[in-house]
Amino acid sequence: MSCSRRDFMKKALGTAVGAALPAATGAFLGPRDAGASVGDANKRWGFVVDTVKCTGCGFCVTACKTENEIPWDAPITRTWVERYVVTKDGETHIDSPLGGRDGYIDDKIRGESIDPDDIAKAFFVPKLCNQCDNPPCVQVCPVGATYQTNDGVVLVDPKWCIGCGYCIMACPYGVRFFHPVTKVADKCNFCYHRITQGMEAACVQACPFEARLMGDLNDPEDPVAKIVATQRVSVLKDEYGTKPKVFYLGLDQKVR
Amino acid sequence: MKKHVLRPLWVAIGLVAVVLVARQFLVPPDFGVHGDSFTYNFYRLSNVQEWKDFPVKYQGQASCVRCHEENSAEHATSKHATIECENCHGPGVGHPKTVKKLPIDTSREQCLRCHEYLAYPSSQRMTLPSVVGEKHRPRRECRACHNPHHPDREDT
Repeated sequence: MSCSRRDFMKKALGTAVGAALPAATGAFLGPRDAGASVGDANKRWGFVVDTVKCTGCGFCVTACKTENEIPWDAPITRTWVERYVVTKDGETHIDSPLGGRDGYIDDKIRGESIDPDDIAKAFFVPKLCNQCDNPPCVQVCPVGATYQTNDGVVLVDPKWCIGCGYCIMACPYGVRFFHPVTKVADKCNFCYHRITQGMEAACVQACPFEARLMGDLNDPEDPVAKIVATQRVSVLKDEYGTKPKVFYLGLDQKVR
Repeated sequence: MKKHVLRPLWVAIGLVAVVLVARQFLVPPDFGVHGDSFTYNFYRLSNVQEWKDFPVKYQGQASCVRCHEENSAEHATSKHATIECENCHGPGVGHPKTVKKLPIDTSREQCLRCHEYLAYPSSQRMTLPSVVGEKHRPRRECRACHNPHHPDREDT
């Protein structure tokens, strides 16, 4: 049987295509791996921040940075504390030097002193990833490097992330940042390594005033679920439809 | 069909095949949809375990109490009882096996995180005992007069 080089190439290519197509398309089009579940599907992690209790000590930020190996002096952090000072003329002064890592031990805001008699209200607001039920950051990821686990936590896969930064742009809360060491997107993951083995998140543990609480929203007996169910809680930027799972007590309308 | 039409068609099909074959090798076998939603649950399954295996640094007060009974008993009865040991003593990971002694933050700044006076109504900060750091013995460490484990007891 004679076989020219051209014929051989044609047949080889045809065989390759024929062999690859069913296998590859099968993997590509059959996305639902039956029964494959990750995380405890009975759990749904939620967070409560009590802004009245927060004193701006910044222990949460310190603990978070250390626990999660976030470069200490880089202007990035997975959680931070904002200071709001509303003066009697209706103006709002906001700052968060180094994310509040070293606490607030100075009454100057961006170098400006405010007369205590002019202050109408002032408070601290801790922020972190809202672990949205409808996370826009996950929707925009072009490579499937960020996702929601079955217990409702949004994680980033640092090995799969290509560092394009779409998710950083997409997050309405600005909780994502580019990690200078791993060179990929990074954000709060509710201390997934701690909560999955029964420990408290580093920030929750470090808070001396119980201004931060984490629990299971699916368990009606859980203290956090009880607060969400029985008290007047609000979420940040509700109008975006992201369905955050970080609930705030005593949130002021000035907080954005 | 003419050859000049078929040739680029074969090339195109060939390219698709190359991509599909390469995909078999490059995409990890556990990459796919693990959950209800293609939008939110399309990922590499083993990454979840990788995050669970991330090393824990802060051990929590309960693990300190096991050895440091005296200090923790004093601390537990004070107004500072809600402050974690590791907030001042640093994360306890590796202690006492590899890290023999934990560094203690005894700086004024550490105390002033809560005790610097800020006139902030509607914040719990106002209810804490506070000083103006610049005026209250600015050159001394707080612990020279105050016992951080039991601030009501003045040890000097």
